[in-house]
Amino acid sequence: MAQRKERIDRGIKVRSDDVFVLTSWREMLYLAAPRVVPVVALFVLGLVAGPYWERVLISTCMFALLAISWDLLNSAGMVSLGQALFFGVGAYIAGTLNHYLGLPPGLTIPIATIGGGLLCTLALLPVLRLRGIYFAMVTLILPMMIERVIEATKIFGGTEGISGLSTLGNEHLEFWLAAVVVFVALFGFRRMMGADYGLLLKGINDNDRAVMSAGMNIYFYKAQALFMASAVGAFAGAFMTHAYQFVGMPVFALDYSMIPIASVAVGGMGTLAGPMLGSFILVPLSELLRGLGGLRVVIYAVILVVFTVGLPEGIFHYLSRKYNQFERWVGVER
Amino acid sequence: MKGEVILQAENLSRYFGGVKAVDGVSFSLRRNEVLGVIGPNGSGKTTLANLLTGFVKPSKGKVIFEGHDITNLPPYKVADRGIARSFQMVKPFYQLPAFKNLNVALLSPRVRRLAGGRYGDRDAMAKDLLEEVGFERDSWVISHQAASLPHGYLKRLELAKCMALQPEVIVLDELFSGLSLAEVASLVPVIEKLVHQGKTLVMIEHRLRELFRIADRVLVLNFGQKIAEGEPAQVMEDPQVKGAYLGSEAEE
Repeated sequence: MAQRKERIDRGIKVRSDDVFVLTSWREMLYLAAPRVVPVVALFVLGLVAGPYWERVLISTCMFALLAISWDLLNSAGMVSLGQALFFGVGAYIAGTLNHYLGLPPGLTIPIATIGGGLLCTLALLPVLRLRGIYFAMVTLILPMMIERVIEATKIFGGTEGISGLSTLGNEHLEFWLAAVVVFVALFGFRRMMGADYGLLLKGINDNDRAVMSAGMNIYFYKAQALFMASAVGAFAGAFMTHAYQFVGMPVFALDYSMIPIASVAVGGMGTLAGPMLGSFILVPLSELLRGLGGLRVVIYAVILVVFTVGLPEGIFHYLSRKYNQFERWVGVER
Repeated sequence: MKGEVILQAENLSRYFGGVKAVDGVSFSLRRNEVLGVIGPNGSGKTTLANLLTGFVKPSKGKVIFEGHDITNLPPYKVADRGIARSFQMVKPFYQLPAFKNLNVALLSPRVRRLAGGRYGDRDAMAKDLLEEVGFERDSWVISHQAASLPHGYLKRLELAKCMALQPEVIVLDELFSGLSLAEVASLVPVIEKLVHQGKTLVMIEHRLRELFRIADRVLVLNFGQKIAEGEPAQVMEDPQVKGAYLGSEAEE
């Protein structure tokens, strides 16, 4: 007899959009676990990790922010190949403010976040009308251009960069701050995407002309999404500048554009949580493989291919399906 | 006679390179009138819709809506003033459930303004609208992802999106195309109801039989130019129109 797979939503008993009627501890746990477990897990990891792995976790958090920022942009119909632009601009703003004006990280990071967001939004404003690959091309080129400008004009330390910047205080504080910000961004943006505002952004992604013909100025909304995404990226850059006590041309490197995209591919697009999960797999993995020397990149690439071929929808989509639905094989009568 | 003139096109032209997609088309539309726009493929019907709604800027000519020149307004401002349109190529918001598709339109500033500055229960409004265009209320279709809706439902969704904006004028670009006879027959009363509610319609159509049931006046385009305008029966008797449709000695 032929069989087919049947999927049934696990769902809780009474549910209407945002209102849940909880009837048991089990149901509350069912809802809370996917949110609480990752938070607890990350903080525990931070407690047990030694100084080296704590630093890895910090940079993982920053890559996670870049990946979340990529996914947010993508949800509003903008494909970015240049997360390094946001990261680098934030990094240089924080670095120069700290080095030349002597501002403490407590000031440079917020200024770099808002200022970097505004600067990147302004820089990309003229190309907001471009769609798909054309927008992506511009985002790819901008960080490379800035890199060459710094090299040629020798501003902000030129090829040497600026070193000896202030730290945030101690390592633990850095980790806790990074972890809190990453979760605030994750849950905040997820909530936003679920609300009416997110509905609009998704609408723009699916069919921008239809949103326009509903009387909405899509460029205004796209600019807002762009600002949010670039501010998140700029925060990551500013934070890393102070964590490394250094800012230089490598902040515009392709790594900061590509690893977030790889994280999205592995984790699952359009969920914000998927990209974060992706970074938490890829970045520590690349550290683990460091001992392999030259073969590191090859093995890294193989793992990436295995993930994307094996689970093209992304790990997060797969996990959430397994979590939210019963699956069983049922006979089909012919 | 219907009400006062609400929408006017004056010598509207759009050239794409050497192609005169729309060439010197003028007409005026009275409130609560239904204007059919017909013509062979490539005669400039969709470009005309794009010109009226601001998606394409004219090379020459003007569009006047309720006494204001709206020629150079961006599409969202045209929509905000009360001209809604449907698209020939149906492209819903794929990721969203059918009724949430309407929520996007219900979020528009115009809807809020008309409701006295506050949004109502959008989900309920969306479901009411879907019922009006022929979705079965409380059926699975309403909350089904738009990506997997059948064509007939997508067309209805497209019409409902226009209605959600509570517009004065609705420009329908080939609403009936690709629908079965039964589906068209079920949509005609919906359109008639819109007319009864006082809406003004511009209907671009290939399905002449159904169009002539609804339209007060028909405008015929060929190679971007208006070749005839008048009541449906009278227009179809026009030798130029017959020529354009039957292809005998089409003038260059």
